[in-house]
Amino acid sequence: MALERLFRRRRAQGEARDVPELWVKCPKCDAQIYKKDLEANWYVCPKCGHHMRLSADKRVELLSDTGSFQQTTGLKPIDPLNFSDTEPYPKRLERYQREAKRPDAIVGGRCTIGSVPSVLLVMDYAFAGGSMGSVVGEELTRGIESAANENRGVVIVSVSGGARMQEAALSLMQMAKTTLALDRLWVKRLPYISILTDPTTGGVTASFAAIADVILAEPEALIGFAGPRVIKQTIRQDLPEGFQRSEFLLKHGMVDKVVDRRQLKDTVSDVLKLLYPRD
Amino acid sequence: MALEFEKPISELEAKIAELEGFAASSGVDLSGELSVLRERLLRLKGDTFDNLSRWERVQLARAPGRPTSLDVINGITSDFLELSGDRAYSDDAAVVGGLAYFEGEPVVVVGHQKGRDTKENILRNFGMPHPEGYRKAMRLMDLADRFARPFIALIDTPGAYPGISAEERGQAWVIAQSIQRMARLRVPAVAIILGEGGSGGALAIGVGNRVLIMENAWYSVISPESCAAILWREAKEAAKAAEALKLSAKDLLELGVVDRIIPEPGGGAHRDPKITFANIKYALHQTLSELKPLGPEALFEDRYRRFRGLGRFQE
Repeated sequence: MALERLFRRRRAQGEARDVPELWVKCPKCDAQIYKKDLEANWYVCPKCGHHMRLSADKRVELLSDTGSFQQTTGLKPIDPLNFSDTEPYPKRLERYQREAKRPDAIVGGRCTIGSVPSVLLVMDYAFAGGSMGSVVGEELTRGIESAANENRGVVIVSVSGGARMQEAALSLMQMAKTTLALDRLWVKRLPYISILTDPTTGGVTASFAAIADVILAEPEALIGFAGPRVIKQTIRQDLPEGFQRSEFLLKHGMVDKVVDRRQLKDTVSDVLKLLYPRD
Repeated sequence: MALEFEKPISELEAKIAELEGFAASSGVDLSGELSVLRERLLRLKGDTFDNLSRWERVQLARAPGRPTSLDVINGITSDFLELSGDRAYSDDAAVVGGLAYFEGEPVVVVGHQKGRDTKENILRNFGMPHPEGYRKAMRLMDLADRFARPFIALIDTPGAYPGISAEERGQAWVIAQSIQRMARLRVPAVAIILGEGGSGGALAIGVGNRVLIMENAWYSVISPESCAAILWREAKEAAKAAEALKLSAKDLLELGVVDRIIPEPGGGAHRDPKITFANIKYALHQTLSELKPLGPEALFEDRYRRFRGLGRFQE
């Protein structure tokens, strides 16, 4: 505790950047967790099982067979609408790119998962809240189409606030584009698994993420169409406990399984093996 | 009722009417003054309606009295037979649809339905569908495929309903399914954005081989008010958001999001529904004729290619 307080004080003075944080507090049970233990546990609290946000790169490491992942994504976003709100869109993009260390909110490529040839596509919440604009839509579509051409299964990990406002109608069109692309898998009987993580809302839920052969969700993830704040404003009532969480969706028949992150790789491998063509 | 930016026009119109009345009752010759005022009115209308801002067009798209989907269906087709229900939960009054003849050819038609007054709007949920509305639309897409009838979708919604019941019944899921179902149609599919094209709730029935839009309609990923609330933290900045979102018919044509603009009479579709219907009929006729030579698989691939090409980025 004392050590943590010391770091916090130094952070406030702006010196903390070179000091590695050794301890992380679980936002759910308040347990102090040694950061290395948390990393080894894929950012699941060892005390209470709470799932913290996992970076896109860690997701790739979690799901792909060791050493098999070859990245194919790398498209760069542009500013097709000349969009500016309180800040011009290109300025925002630069900042996101610096922070997330990638050109847009997705990383993906070829790999094997449980030895099944696959295309793995992972959204990155660190980039603009994982929002879907032209690049995310195009990368998903290319990934899905390449899987269809190369007889691979597809696994998409969603984490997104929805379609990206700064590309307006073009973002909206990515919902149609990605959904249409999935038809290429359908005709070739290739499996598609959608993994919903915290949070997945808006145009991402309402397109490719919701029409998989098998839909898995991480525990207690917020998943829905409209965000809770919008719903609250519309109906002017408090929302019920657990509303729009994975377990709520399971109960209402929207997802197949709520899977602990530590079992996710095994579950995904099992489903791919059960559905992937046998010859 | 006049919209805010139309007030100078309605004031001038009232003044002219008043003078006309006075001239008729008193016998005083005011024809000189009247012709000056009439000319000024014409100029004012031209200045106002030829240079509408995006936000003013959004207001026209929502104007009371603007033709709704049912008005358009009755205005451009004959013998409309409305069908109801999703065969799973209920009948959503925010989505209408059924069978009709368009220029003598049987078609299947679906549309978002707003109310024409407050009472009807409550019944229609202001044109914001629940999941059962999209399931009804999908049922009608099945019918179109099974009987090889062209599918016509009329879009006019602020968005799919954001409420507890809608989430419980899988709003996101049915929107995705409806997009997929419409994409898979093996018949000509034409979507027409009549008024409001509010995000995923609009796109759910917007996957046409061709997408047409009324001159003053809007279509975007979010409403100007919601966009302003998020990015400017102030819903009152909706006018700025409308500009930034490039949500007008002309913008969308340039982006390739729509294929054709259907002209409206001066001042908006509600000023002269007859002309509005004639314009829609003409555009729809031409569009269906273009699609007529395509067979079932070619229609599917045509739709795939149309949406596959949308988006702007750098390699």
